[in-house]
Amino acid sequence: MKNGAMTTTPAVALRGARVAFGRRVLWESLDLEVAPGEFLAVLGPNGSGKTTLLRVLLGLQELDAGEARIGGAPVRRGAGDVGYIPQQKALAEDLPLRGADLVGLGFDGHRYGLGLRGRAVRRRRVAEALAAVGASEFAGAPAGRLSGGEQQRLRVAQALVGDPSVLLCDEPLLSLDLAHQRTVSHLIDERRRNAATAVVFVTHEINPILPLVDRILYLVDGRFRIGTPDEVMRSEVLSELYRTDVDVLRVQDRLVVVGVEDQHAHHEALA
Amino acid sequence: MDRIFSFAGLGDLLSLSFVQNAFVAAALLGLVAGALAPLIVARGMGFAVHGTAELAFTGGAAALLAGISVSVGAVVGAVIAGLVFGVLGLRQRERDSVIGVVLAFGLGLGVLLLSLYSGRASNKFGLLTGSIVSVDSSNIWVLVSVTIVVLATLAVIYRPLLFASADPDVASARGVPARVLSPLFAVLVALTTALAVPIVGAILVLAVTIIPGAAAARVTASPMAATLLAIGIAEVSLLGGTLLSLAPGLPVSGYVATIAFVAYLVCRGIGRARGQLRTS
Repeated sequence: MKNGAMTTTPAVALRGARVAFGRRVLWESLDLEVAPGEFLAVLGPNGSGKTTLLRVLLGLQELDAGEARIGGAPVRRGAGDVGYIPQQKALAEDLPLRGADLVGLGFDGHRYGLGLRGRAVRRRRVAEALAAVGASEFAGAPAGRLSGGEQQRLRVAQALVGDPSVLLCDEPLLSLDLAHQRTVSHLIDERRRNAATAVVFVTHEINPILPLVDRILYLVDGRFRIGTPDEVMRSEVLSELYRTDVDVLRVQDRLVVVGVEDQHAHHEALA
Repeated sequence: MDRIFSFAGLGDLLSLSFVQNAFVAAALLGLVAGALAPLIVARGMGFAVHGTAELAFTGGAAALLAGISVSVGAVVGAVIAGLVFGVLGLRQRERDSVIGVVLAFGLGLGVLLLSLYSGRASNKFGLLTGSIVSVDSSNIWVLVSVTIVVLATLAVIYRPLLFASADPDVASARGVPARVLSPLFAVLVALTTALAVPIVGAILVLAVTIIPGAAAARVTASPMAATLLAIGIAEVSLLGGTLLSLAPGLPVSGYVATIAFVAYLVCRGIGRARGQLRTS
């Protein structure tokens, strides 16, 4: 998948991309291509511009320089071939939505009008997406009263129901227990293998997805490094990025980074 | 009891045209309030609606003093409040305090304006507690137009609005303009509030804009069923309240609020009975 990707249009492409807020440059001269079916993890401390990268790809944040393309076309807000999975946040309990309705919003929730036509297609696609994430069982339950793990599974279905070619994930495993972390990351992995959907996965914790990751984009203070986990998650590479002594230790199949303040994720709101 | 429940001369009352107008007004209000209620509840806008109602009261009181139409004054006051709250609604944390501040000032100003008014006393109390006499035939056409505008707008923006209410981040990612929809919905709520103020009174607008939605949420999570049920509860409360208030000649709002409250208790009971079957 990684080789031979050059012959096809990259699912995601950034060229000479730069974002600055005032005088603070988040990152610049960022060149990045993500091939269809590739799993890219985006790592870095808070404020390094991980969420901003997703905002750029969603068309919610303009680049100061360079260009950003999805499937060969310039990014635009609300593009149908982009799926988005946010971090788990409890839905309002009184929300007049069942599980299936929440997924349905991913299909046509951005459209105006009541959408009375095309309901059969909608129902079939929603049922398929629910089945794909094993959520058919609670499709009829009030979405606001489901557990965090169940809600997050619905959000994966909501992102997949539009049949995206690119899946953008912003800390989707945060505040989930280990079992649900495994379920959700497995579902995302399955999707990119079966449908060649490119995955851009922002996270502060690499271990739950380490076996799935093809490449890492590591952002620190405007500096960045792109490469396979073995190329990036090394003491000398991270020491250079952080400009301080950092040790990367491998404990069984987990990576432990020592010398960097524990980066507790702090969610930068998208809207 | 006889003072509160009485049907003496009800037949004669029902033949009066202002009474018939009151029923038409109640039915129209039930339709819009019920349609909006589930979304108001889901978006946590209860306090904003109350604030909007108090500003509609201020606008109505100012109009009364100035000698212009109370409905117009109420609409202007409510829409200004709705826009302010709608724009601020994006920042949840400071929203409650801002509403509290604006509400208190608006209510105080309204009381002052009412005290300066030297006309009929029933007009004064009408704004606070509602009065079916306030609906004359010219108001009916205002009611009809507002009902059509609110329902038509809601039909157009319903899905994106529901999306933005459920999950603003994902909705934005999908291109839903939450920043536009939020104030727009607040204006729809404001228009409905302005309609409700002369009928049920400023202090009891919540009875028709919150209770039906909160009650429906207890028994169903289907958007369609919740909307229909909320409309049903709002209609029963408003039409039933109007009917019961006629013969005793007491304010309609007490009856409306009581019927709505009973409906809420029933829905809660049903929800709880069903919840015991589900483990989560």
